[in-house]
Amino acid sequence: MDMPQANPAVLSRKAELVAALHGLLPGDAVIWQEEALRAYECDALTAYRCPPLVAVLPRSTEEVAAVLRLCHSMGVPVVPRGSGTSLAGGALPTADCVILGVARMNGVLETDYDNRFIRVQSGRTNLSVTGAVEADGFFYAPDPSSQLACAIAGNIAMNSGGAHCLKYGVTTNNLLGVTMVTMAGEVLEIGGPWLDAGGLDLLGVICGSEGQLGVVTEATLRILPKPEGALPVLMGFDANEVAGECVSDIIKAGLLPVAIEFMDRPCIEATEAFAKAGYPMCEALLIVEVEGSRAEIDEQIARIREIAMRHNPVEFREAADEDQARRIWLGRKSAFGAMGQINDYMCLDGTIPVSSLPHVLRRIGEMSAEFGLDVANVFHAGDGNMHPLILFDANKPGDLERCEAFGAEILKLCVEVGGCLTGEHGVGIEKRDLMTAQYAPDDLEAQLRIKDVFDPEWLLNPAKVFPLHVTASRRAA
Amino acid sequence: MRPANEAELAEAVRAANGPLRISGGGTRGIGLASGEALATGGLSGIRLYEPGALTLVAGAGTPLAEVEAALAAEGQRLAFEPPDLRGLLGRDGQSTLGGVAAANASGPRRVQAGACRDSMIGLRFVDGSGTVIANGGRVMKNVTGYDLVKLLAGSHGTLGVLTELAFKLQARPEAEATLICRGQGAEAGIAALTAALGTPFDISGAAWLDAGATGADARTQVRVEGLAASVAYRAGRLRDGVLRNFDIVEGEASAALWREVRDVTPFAGRAGAVWRLSVTPTLAAGVVAAIRAAGHDDLAAIHDWGGGLIWLLLPVAGDAESGDAGAGAVRDAVAQRGGHATLMRGPAGIAAFPPQPPALAAIEAGLRARFDPRGILNTGLMG
Repeated sequence: MDMPQANPAVLSRKAELVAALHGLLPGDAVIWQEEALRAYECDALTAYRCPPLVAVLPRSTEEVAAVLRLCHSMGVPVVPRGSGTSLAGGALPTADCVILGVARMNGVLETDYDNRFIRVQSGRTNLSVTGAVEADGFFYAPDPSSQLACAIAGNIAMNSGGAHCLKYGVTTNNLLGVTMVTMAGEVLEIGGPWLDAGGLDLLGVICGSEGQLGVVTEATLRILPKPEGALPVLMGFDANEVAGECVSDIIKAGLLPVAIEFMDRPCIEATEAFAKAGYPMCEALLIVEVEGSRAEIDEQIARIREIAMRHNPVEFREAADEDQARRIWLGRKSAFGAMGQINDYMCLDGTIPVSSLPHVLRRIGEMSAEFGLDVANVFHAGDGNMHPLILFDANKPGDLERCEAFGAEILKLCVEVGGCLTGEHGVGIEKRDLMTAQYAPDDLEAQLRIKDVFDPEWLLNPAKVFPLHVTASRRAA
Repeated sequence: MRPANEAELAEAVRAANGPLRISGGGTRGIGLASGEALATGGLSGIRLYEPGALTLVAGAGTPLAEVEAALAAEGQRLAFEPPDLRGLLGRDGQSTLGGVAAANASGPRRVQAGACRDSMIGLRFVDGSGTVIANGGRVMKNVTGYDLVKLLAGSHGTLGVLTELAFKLQARPEAEATLICRGQGAEAGIAALTAALGTPFDISGAAWLDAGATGADARTQVRVEGLAASVAYRAGRLRDGVLRNFDIVEGEASAALWREVRDVTPFAGRAGAVWRLSVTPTLAAGVVAAIRAAGHDDLAAIHDWGGGLIWLLLPVAGDAESGDAGAGAVRDAVAQRGGHATLMRGPAGIAAFPPQPPALAAIEAGLRARFDPRGILNTGLMG
């Protein structure tokens, strides 16, 4: 993975930069000693590491603006960081950058149940947003699997999804407004507690821009009343195709489950060995969750059962109570951990049209044999967002490279069948060089124009999202 | 000009030597845009429809009615309930998918299912230089690169001419019911909407219409949709709880109540300026009271989206071609409480779109300069 050469002119001014930052922030908010900077050398894409020049941990929008103004005037690149849970390398530093971490900005600024929003500082973790309102019967819908740790800032940067977005949408559908600081240090207020934008939908393009347009310091988020209840059902099938058809039939029948999760045999076997959730051994397993009152849940499950029975499931298991519901989710929620027990793994995130599911799974199986690496598939079946986990051995020379090459082929396959490279993790550095597989040069150029407007000097997280050769002239200018 | 396909449209834009006024079906044009007409009606037709994946791709010039009929045949629909504003704006013709997207036109279900932009998953467009650009795709979850789909939604043709659109769809529910109450004042009516939206009963519509709008008593209405038994259950729980003593209306009678709100029918054919305001729901009654107090006591109001979307009819202000359509009063009231206001129908010469704060206006101008460097696409319409 190439990263741009560190700018020697910036490196040589470290002492001056650190002194200036100390003038803007309290002493403990500026981290410049080499050993302390190691904490910021990577995010959750741990295969790539590079300590930054400096890291700062401001506590307010004003402090963020002051830091950005300084870095802008000195020509220092800035990489914003939420909690550092990006699987795509979105917060990977360069040696000449300032890491701007928002972790200390984690307060709740305003909670308004009548207008159903909460305004938080962007370093607040996803789960603690719900934590702030759940005693009053509300929740924040997007639920990425890292929700215990991941920050709202990162959720906005990557437009994070989660298991329940089939019904509730992803971050962009639940974001009402932001306070954002541009690279030049200007504070922008965009959106608010009303439901749509005045003027152009800048909020829509900021969400998912991977920290390249500005640093979001505060966010107004839509909160919803918690449903009366929710229960999952589990069903097993003899073939991936049959499970795929069952998903399609559930959707066509007009049922709107909050989640439809899919696991294939390798994934079932690994999680069973690890979590012992009591899953049936079969080719494909679906977990479907529905919401409502007990009677509403029963009716939906009855209809789902009727549809499932047409596809001869090897198992159809309803959760009679909370404990059984927990056991149904246990294996799915442990899937990534289970894989980590067996092996190193790379988690992909392509999305495909639901109708291409059998074809794509078959092709992944064939490619697995060609590359000599095992794959386990676990994904959000209702919306086609796949998470193939490629297993490899980081200590074996050449294995990581082979794994990356295999991963790239899977993602190209996703694009080929009409899907995309990433459904909820973001491009970061991981899929940067594959962008040309999905977008024609004019399509990419149109995206670069947006960055040109918000960050004309290309100082904010500049080495991400787009292939380096595509952005070279802009970054050099 | 009426190009027959995307390549012709791109060529037409490249060859243009003056401003272009872009129109789909010409049914929702608001504000001022001058120049040679560029119609997208030739780019018509459903290109892909997969009911099992809840996705549809169609040319921007495809009539909305054609799309809705195709979806209805499979028991599906566009979740955001696109309004038909022909009556309100005094136009005829056919709404197109591109026009709906360019206006981000969203109906009452916006409170539950999101706006048009939330259902848009991909598009193709021609920018002001005649370059064809694609963004998004045909899958529901996609964070690959910047989201130009949202940026183009609601850009009213000022950043590009839409040529193709992909939408995610929704299954048509088995049943719907509306809880209705007559005679509540603005404060009480909107408070009822707020209370209903705070329940777990998955409200898909929440509106209050004043007496000036209904021509009789004010009306508070709240909708639930879904499986029949579930609708009955939730309507019952609401009536036993926060919407005590509301009547329950079902089926077509319920649907008719929401078409009226969606299409702003009460203001169709009535003289006056029509404004569309988007504000914080609990401040909405205060916004309208302030406009009344500023010399517009004869106004009529429809509050949708739990109160926060306000349609206002200002009878006198719209009469005089020289008048300001109440712009001063409306924009002041909104500026003091947050939100924005658009003049949907009114005298020529009044800017339809809200002025943006300077920092955002500069960004918008920068985007327009890059997507439309010659400034020929619906020039001056939005800012």
